[in-house]
Amino acid sequence: MTAPFFKYGFFGEDISLVVAFAIGIGFGFFLERAGFNSAKKLAAQFYFKDLTVFKVMFTAIVTAMLGVYYLSVFGVMDLGLVYLTPTFLLPEIIGGFILGIGFVVGGYCPGTACVGAATGRIDALVLFVGIFAGVFGFNEFYPLLKGLYLATPMGQLTLPQVTGLPYGFIVFAVVLMALGGFWGAEWVEKKMAARKVEASS
Amino acid sequence: MESRPAQPYWNPYLSGIGLGLVLLAAFVVMGRGLGASGAVASTITAGLNTVAPGHVAGNPAYAEYLKDGTSPLKDWLVFEVLGVFVGGYLSGMLAHRVTRTIEKGPNITNKRRLVYAFIGGVLMGVGAKFGRGCTSGQALSGGALLNAGSWAFMLMVFAGAYAFAYFMRRQWQ
Repeated sequence: MTAPFFKYGFFGEDISLVVAFAIGIGFGFFLERAGFNSAKKLAAQFYFKDLTVFKVMFTAIVTAMLGVYYLSVFGVMDLGLVYLTPTFLLPEIIGGFILGIGFVVGGYCPGTACVGAATGRIDALVLFVGIFAGVFGFNEFYPLLKGLYLATPMGQLTLPQVTGLPYGFIVFAVVLMALGGFWGAEWVEKKMAARKVEASS
Repeated sequence: MESRPAQPYWNPYLSGIGLGLVLLAAFVVMGRGLGASGAVASTITAGLNTVAPGHVAGNPAYAEYLKDGTSPLKDWLVFEVLGVFVGGYLSGMLAHRVTRTIEKGPNITNKRRLVYAFIGGVLMGVGAKFGRGCTSGQALSGGALLNAGSWAFMLMVFAGAYAFAYFMRRQWQ
């Protein structure tokens, strides 16, 4: 085992910040390449007109998931050393729903708002300021929200642990689900495009 | 600078593979995933800590971001998000997609659109706090690690967005 490099002490805290900056550049670059600097393109996902959000997101998840899986199977990476956010099911469900509403109201999510703002989108910049207000508000009211925030703690929990199925099986199932989803997304986009042509003729 | 026409975006599967490889690099090199909303919390804590350190110390929601003496800005996610701005700008510049504009449908005024953007941002901030991350840290990074909570979060993001899409249709269509 040699990875994750940082956890094996290949470099220290200061270098890790340089790595953070470099990885961020890659992240921002591909978000923009995908068209995620445009709120119109992002929001079109929720009207079934342009399913780029789904396609990019699941291609990325599958790519990284397969990479992580094979690196750990071949003993290159210790998956136990990769940080896994502990599950707090109820607040995560509520938080996800609120964030989803924010996505269709605001047109960006936090990461895509950064690339939107970087490419001149004023609405993305305003949304980014809104995130500050939201986080600030949450923190100020934290004593009131704490009960819900810390509800249903389940520790570090993975889908293989929840289902009792082997890790490799879940990986395979996610790949199949994504492929089915891509096929469905292409079909829906074609249908919607045909409807638009019909409506305008 | 003469303005050349914006180039089309990449094929979504190609950009997705690129994004996935960046995420994989974060796992392999750092042992952690990507993020965005966490940097906001660090920045707020740093700002407040210079203005009202007593207030920050008394609230565990901030104290979490205060580390032994060093600035909360000396944080992995803060540097990563700075990179996201730079990377987004570079990609946009190379493809002539950097334009000062407001993204919206034809049936809504600029002012109204910006109000919605702000409200959307507030909801994002609150949602990301409760959810312990956003689309980057939870859905993408946790999704690839088969984190149970991340998958629940991701499904609810889509559920929330689709549930409210109808009410927002005038903004986008």
